[in-house]
Amino acid sequence: MERIPILRMGNYLLVTIQVDMHDKLALTLQDDLTNRISEVNAKGVLIDISSLEIVDSFIGRTLANIAAMARVLDAETVVVGMQPAVAITLVELGMSLPGIRTALNVESGMEYLRETVASHEGSDDAIGDNRED
Amino acid sequence: MMLSGTIEKTEVVPIANSSDVVVVRQRVRVWTTEMKFSLVDQTKIVTAASELGRNTLEHGGGGSMELALVVNGVRRGIRMSFSDHGPGIPDIAQALKDGYTSGNGMGLGLGGSKRLMNEFEIESTPGGGTTVTAIRWK
Repeated sequence: MERIPILRMGNYLLVTIQVDMHDKLALTLQDDLTNRISEVNAKGVLIDISSLEIVDSFIGRTLANIAAMARVLDAETVVVGMQPAVAITLVELGMSLPGIRTALNVESGMEYLRETVASHEGSDDAIGDNRED
Repeated sequence: MMLSGTIEKTEVVPIANSSDVVVVRQRVRVWTTEMKFSLVDQTKIVTAASELGRNTLEHGGGGSMELALVVNGVRRGIRMSFSDHGPGIPDIAQALKDGYTSGNGMGLGLGGSKRLMNEFEIESTPGGGTTVTAIRWK
């Protein structure tokens, strides 16, 4: 079965979407990533969409779902590398991807993940921390 | 009333499964590149085609897309017609509203793709299927 590879680097999972995904493939990625997060106890997920020529409402929703599921499993998600034409189209379509953290490139995306994960670990001993943001 | 013109060429792409929606996107990309639309316009048209193609599949149970090169005076445009033989849309005005969904989507497909195109028309009869036609002029 066709799959999008998920790379593991320490506490992080990295995904580069390089194919024009049909809907089922996007759902498979969503399931695979969610499973991998819990398997390897990942703290951060980086999804590189710089090769994607379009993001429609389905792919946008899948990305939002991944971010939401990751958050429930105590992992942060950052989506990086969106092409400008894709960003313009998404906003006109009516999707501003609320709840998804984005960064311009892989480097700043990783930086964000490291900082966020480090600050979470720092507050780990605060038992009963039920802050929601 | 939708602006139209002389049809110079056409192509039909069947839509029967989710891989066909990928083919729809690819064919529209080829057409818009050949017609020399800007990258942003190409992205808008391909995204609209993806939304409408998915509607044809999910709500209409499959169908087809017809692409046409439309010439109206000095203007050239791409016309995309998505047809299915599904249950039809009972309330078109409601279906066009953002956030309205009959399935499990975000409800941005119809209204969103209308915003991405210049002309947009829905013909639907209960039980008789739906045809959504959209044009983007260059």
